[in-house]
Amino acid sequence: MAVDMNMNVLIVDDYKTMLRIIRNLLRQLGFENVDEATDGTQALEKLKESGGDFGLVISDWNMEPMTGIELLRHVRADDKLKHIPFIMVTAESKSENVIAAKEAGVSNYIVKPFNADTLKSKMVSVLGDF
Amino acid sequence: MAGRKSKTATAAKPKPKAKTGAKTGSRSGVKSSSAKKAAKGKSPSRKAQSTKKVAATKSVAKKATSKKQGKAVEQLLTAAKKVKSTTKGKAKHAPSATSANAKIVSVYAELESLAAYIDAAKQEIAAIRPENVKEELLPSATDELDAIVEATADATNVIMDNCERVEGVMGGVSAEVSDTLMEATTRIYEACTFQDITGQRIGKVVTALKSIEERIDALLYTLGDGKAPKPKAKPKPKTKQEIADADLLEGPQLGDKAKSQAEIDDLLASFD
Repeated sequence: MAVDMNMNVLIVDDYKTMLRIIRNLLRQLGFENVDEATDGTQALEKLKESGGDFGLVISDWNMEPMTGIELLRHVRADDKLKHIPFIMVTAESKSENVIAAKEAGVSNYIVKPFNADTLKSKMVSVLGDF
Repeated sequence: MAGRKSKTATAAKPKPKAKTGAKTGSRSGVKSSSAKKAAKGKSPSRKAQSTKKVAATKSVAKKATSKKQGKAVEQLLTAAKKVKSTTKGKAKHAPSATSANAKIVSVYAELESLAAYIDAAKQEIAAIRPENVKEELLPSATDELDAIVEATADATNVIMDNCERVEGVMGGVSAEVSDTLMEATTRIYEACTFQDITGQRIGKVVTALKSIEERIDALLYTLGDGKAPKPKAKPKPKTKQEIADADLLEGPQLGDKAKSQAEIDDLLASFD
């Protein structure tokens, strides 16, 4: 099935510069409907308000008050949200982190710093070719 | 380096203190008192003496671990010297007691040496002027680091402003030029992720500096020169999950410890 290039993508990071970088890279990949949140709590509110109308979440891990892994667990525990693909983009690169994220239901995992090709390939592996 | 040299020189320089006079005074006072007791034949039994001395030393040592350690260290030093002098005096007047006394003298000599060591360390720490490190150097270092994060964030945003301007005119050029510009701006965006990583690394350094500041507070308090550390608010008890999550937050890894994307991909694939 073809990827809906008009789908809503939620990006979550406490560094505003990082949000801007990811938004610009997504735009270059053809995704214009991008929303932002600066921590897990704000992201969860946006996801719930939308009733799950997001095609992808790209989230950082280390944020306050709600971290990326906590957001992921909330998303996976919510019947209306659990179907949303979730990519973790983080500087936390230990095996324990990857295992914990996988156990929590992460769809893919990108370690910072990353390049546009990595972002695209992980999105393709989660969403399908575009 | 010159600054460091002069600090060491200051630390090595002995400080004239009234304390030295007091120590000498107490030593001579004990000697004459022992001599009087020995002359009158009123010395208590050796066992009783030892028990009394051990109890006195324990009491002083206990004080040394209390909050006012600085004062207790001085007391320990004085007590050790006093008891050592007393024992030496007894040995002089009662030669048969030399074996037991020799052991006691050895213990007290160790205590005296320990107390002197602590005293010297205390003086060296005072020469470093920890209050200066806490009140001036650490806040200044933290401010400088914050300024670095702010400056790099500003610069990154200026770079991205201009990348977006370039992207804005890409529609008005040939497809070949547009592709080249797109490729170039993508590489610039990728390079801008450095700001996030350096920000996190600097954040780790700031956390380390705050931890040093807390330890200096505790040190100053122990030396009797600082205010009691503010009691920390009782943290909300954490669940096992929260503790496990907190252990996973370390930020960017260094060198060999950092896993590459390929290693992470392999690890993820092992779950399939």
